[in-house]
Amino acid sequence: MTARVSFEVNGQRRDLELDTRTSLLDALREHLKLTGTKKGCDHGQCGACTVIVDGRRINSCLTLAVMHEGAKVTTIEGLGTPEAMHPMQAAFVKHDGYQCGYCTPGQVCSAVAVLEEIRAGVPSHVTPDLGDRPKVTAEELRERMSGNICRCGAYSNIVDAMTEVAGSRA
Amino acid sequence: MKFDTPAATNPIDQLKVVGQPADRIEGPLKATGTAPYAYERHDAAPNAAYGYVVVSTIARGRIRSLDASRARRAPGVLAVITAETAGPLDKGQYNTVRLLGGPEIQHYHQALGVVVAETWEQARAAAALVQVQYQEAPGRYDLAKLKNAAAVAPPGFGGPPDTARGDFDGAFASAPVKLDATYSTPGHAHAMMEPHATVAAWNGDQLTVWTSNQMIDWSRGDLAKTLKIPKEKVRLVSPFIGGGFGGKLWVRAEAVLAALGAKAVNRPVKVALTRPVMFNNTTHRPATIQRVRIGATPDGKITAIGHESWQADQEGGSSDPHVNQTRLLYAGANRMTRTRLAKGDLPEANAMRAPGEASGMMALEIAMDEMAEKLGLDPVDFRIRNDTQVDPEKPHRPFSQRQFVQCLRQGADHFGWSARNPRPGQTRDGRWLVGLGVAAAFRGAPVQTSAARVRLEAGGLLVVETDMTDIGTGSYTIIAQTAAETMGVPLHHVRVRLGDSDFPVSAGSGGQWGAASSTSGVYAACMKLREQVAGKFGFDPGQTAFQDGQVRSGGKAFPLAQAAGLVAEDAIEFGKLGEQQELSTFGAHFVEAAVDPYTAEIRVRRMLSVCAAGRILNPKSARSQVIGAMVMGVGAALMEDLVVDKRRGFFVNHDLAGYEVPVHADIPHQEVIFLDEVDPAASPLKAKGVGELGICGAAAAVANAVYNATGVRVRDYPVTLDKLLAGMPQVA
Amino acid sequence: MKAFTYERARTPAEAAAAVARTPGAKFIAGGTNLLDLMKLQIETPRHLIDVNGLKLDEIEKTPDGGLRIGALVRNTDLAADARVRNDYAVLSRALLAGASGQLRNKATTAGNLLQRTRCPYFYDTAQPCNKRQPGSGCSAIGGVSRQLAVIGSSDACIATHPSDMAVAMRVLDAKVETVRADGQARRIPIADFHRLPGTTPHIETALMPGELITAVTLPKPVGGFHTYRKVRDRASYAFALVSVAAIVQRDGRGRAAFGGVAHRPWRVEAAEAAMPGGAKALADQVFAGAKPTHENAFKLTLAERTLAGALAEARA
Repeated sequence: MTARVSFEVNGQRRDLELDTRTSLLDALREHLKLTGTKKGCDHGQCGACTVIVDGRRINSCLTLAVMHEGAKVTTIEGLGTPEAMHPMQAAFVKHDGYQCGYCTPGQVCSAVAVLEEIRAGVPSHVTPDLGDRPKVTAEELRERMSGNICRCGAYSNIVDAMTEVAGSRA
Repeated sequence: MKFDTPAATNPIDQLKVVGQPADRIEGPLKATGTAPYAYERHDAAPNAAYGYVVVSTIARGRIRSLDASRARRAPGVLAVITAETAGPLDKGQYNTVRLLGGPEIQHYHQALGVVVAETWEQARAAAALVQVQYQEAPGRYDLAKLKNAAAVAPPGFGGPPDTARGDFDGAFASAPVKLDATYSTPGHAHAMMEPHATVAAWNGDQLTVWTSNQMIDWSRGDLAKTLKIPKEKVRLVSPFIGGGFGGKLWVRAEAVLAALGAKAVNRPVKVALTRPVMFNNTTHRPATIQRVRIGATPDGKITAIGHESWQADQEGGSSDPHVNQTRLLYAGANRMTRTRLAKGDLPEANAMRAPGEASGMMALEIAMDEMAEKLGLDPVDFRIRNDTQVDPEKPHRPFSQRQFVQCLRQGADHFGWSARNPRPGQTRDGRWLVGLGVAAAFRGAPVQTSAARVRLEAGGLLVVETDMTDIGTGSYTIIAQTAAETMGVPLHHVRVRLGDSDFPVSAGSGGQWGAASSTSGVYAACMKLREQVAGKFGFDPGQTAFQDGQVRSGGKAFPLAQAAGLVAEDAIEFGKLGEQQELSTFGAHFVEAAVDPYTAEIRVRRMLSVCAAGRILNPKSARSQVIGAMVMGVGAALMEDLVVDKRRGFFVNHDLAGYEVPVHADIPHQEVIFLDEVDPAASPLKAKGVGELGICGAAAAVANAVYNATGVRVRDYPVTLDKLLAGMPQVA
Repeated sequence: MKAFTYERARTPAEAAAAVARTPGAKFIAGGTNLLDLMKLQIETPRHLIDVNGLKLDEIEKTPDGGLRIGALVRNTDLAADARVRNDYAVLSRALLAGASGQLRNKATTAGNLLQRTRCPYFYDTAQPCNKRQPGSGCSAIGGVSRQLAVIGSSDACIATHPSDMAVAMRVLDAKVETVRADGQARRIPIADFHRLPGTTPHIETALMPGELITAVTLPKPVGGFHTYRKVRDRASYAFALVSVAAIVQRDGRGRAAFGGVAHRPWRVEAAEAAMPGGAKALADQVFAGAKPTHENAFKLTLAERTLAGALAEARA
């Protein structure tokens, strides 16, 4: 059974006719051939598939493509290219915020969104006082990034990369 | 190039490029999502059909009937392949268990076939329509029960199963201070982020697989052997690997099934294992039971040290050498080790990052902590007192380099170890109980033959080709650094092509041998190229300098680019230096842990690792290897546990929600210090590996810190809060 | 995943009508649990009604001074809402303790309540499970049970409810507003919303087939110190071994509900009079009649100690 859906990916309108079962992740990877978004677990347990939809990071594996009519999707490819990297991508390279690279696009998308979330005042589990605006601390970054597993264990470097990007924008 | 005498001064010693903390040369590809992983080869194998693996839902027995007729009729289905229809298959040399099960079932989630369809969604749905009836058979799943029936392990990569020197029993019995403790470690999953994945395509009788594999040549051979075709007919391509940790040393089911599927439907087929089947379908680090006995004099000299290990594996499996480090790490005239292997029916056990030492150090280094406490000695001091500069089993064999004591001393100093209260459970920071822990890090420095090809292209571009893999280890970058240094060109003039069986056979990535071996192979090829270049310009190779893109000799100079078109290929072959001397890597882990006195939740607050591992080829990527291994050590210490259903014979927590690995919030800022070291006996680059050193001992350091914080000694990993609760302070 | 047809509903009535019309239909909102289960064929809807367009995503004051939370309010937005942070902090804290940032951005208030258990045997379709396949047996009994229920379980099922949010809702005396397929609206007290397994563990809530959650209402704020303590093996992105939602007043009186211990958020109002007497006094009553397994008996100690930590925090 198929259904039509149109959404914008990295600023480009895409019209697809898809098996209704197609996840947003598989629509990106298999139909649009945007393979930067990774499939690590396909069950919302790793974060490798993180993309930014309408300004919010989500697990693209746990949502159907057909549910995103009219949405604006930003994937890792939409943030930057090897020749013109997004500041977060450049910071990951500089701080060696990866090893195998497979979780990296999800980490980068999440990292970009996390700094926006903090700026927007969204609290986290470790925000000391719910009445205060959250700050860019290592503890906040670690908690907020915990939905992105890196089995290579680049966490410490990822926090360094994010801290640099957050600092340069402050 | 033979390497059978210690390295003298050579072009690498310039250290203009090697030894520098260069950013990874493939980093921008990874950070932008443009590095192509196995399942993503729309470019190389367009129009691939999708395979979905059907797996066994019993652990042991036989298939009584397998009915794929509904699956075959399902929408979009192109083929269903099972053992019955696959044709004759062999088993890979490196596989213990057959990759395609049936009619006999050897373990839970053993692959029984593949459904190939036009789309992934169709293949997945159709796979659920395959009806299998089983005749279940009883199996052996409980290591504690199998232990007594365990046999002497067959000799494997880790040395003899039994070793002895002196009179262990007598010395232990008469030792004034002794420890006799038993530890257990559970099974661990590699849980690399990229699932096992392969795209297969046939061109006539020629098979190409784009896959995710650490060992190109092994797996090319094993895929050919499994399919009963000549090795030359297989090309295996694996330029980017989303993590391996030993789990991708071998051909796995998805590669075989993709090849069979592609043959059946006469077009490319891609197959990935789904996460929930990976844990039982593939290999894992085996669970262990380990007994450690240490006897010492009152002043802390070890007089007797014994380490015994029990594990289980499928028929034909091999054992991890959990006792290896105990043969080499500490002095003591009377010593013994034993490795025992029982037959069991859980999925195949096999190598995972530092097989042997990773688990062995989890036990030994708690034992050392316990023994230090019995002796009333500081655990750093106790280890230093028992340092040895020779192989304790063969005292005529020195260590080529051994800065273990320096690692401990420098680490203790840097970490503020002197502030540690030796009495456990006494230190508070606000609500939290706080403790410090230390453990040794130790891992061998194995090497393997490794070849490479280097080619000078127009414009002075230097292209390196080798079937070496980069599983996140930094191979691309250290190989480029090696080539740039040897040929005297800037890093950005080097292109590195890896992971293709069309390239010269390398050491591959495993056993911490990759960095030292593969860069040596590249060095050998570059040295051959230098000879050719010198010859082309009429220079004496021994009197020719390669610097700044220029080739100079006797007052003359040519741009290296003028030699474009030259190609050289060579391999490094290691001689017996590693037999005459013990080549090892050393380190010391320091951990500060905090424990909530109410809930016994554990938080690692600080981690430091001091490593002495030969020349560090790239301090940035080497540091990442060590911190990553420390993270895996935290996982092993605090949460990782393949939980066995002992009735039904499978790992119950078979997904990434159930099998917990550390997340960002578990990991503090980590520090790594590399001691200055060059090891001329190790390789022409005087380098050794660090990728596995960092995990060895890391878990024990965490466990020892938790003990220091709480006074509760946990000997059965993981150290989870339920094991601490009974010993926690009274709360109102 | 089995094939299904898909439609987008625009009003609750349209959604209710659609589900009544189509056999095997299910609503989908955030999808973070439903799609997970559909991939494993634990859920096999033949028709999905996308309710994301129902405009049930407002948080508004109720006439009695409480809060009405639309069913589609995302977990992130609910946790970040200033009124929730100020007056129902236990709810913010519970939400923020759950899942990950990505999942909270998608997961909805109603969907969170309807999460199904994370019992590993429920998730493995090869294993008998009365919840997944009524009458097939419970593999968890006698199996791996460290994560599972210690109280309120039955011979048919020892699963737990995985939600953090629901535990806070329980301590806040929330009510679940619904509309049934026939158009009838009703309000279900949270205490009656989740069921114990009994002999029918596959029936998890008081919802009728096709009944749609439209909102969750909170009574007017009760003040006091709010805390949500979640204990797990890793520091984040994991389900609770034990959690405690507590509201403690200055005089030491208060309320507490526990997560990770039962098939529903576990609260015994009658025991709460004991709260001023300390955690043990309260926990002894709350967990009277507990039937843990040998693998999860520690949860009883842990629950008491977690509560003790919460009470100490309240006193501090």
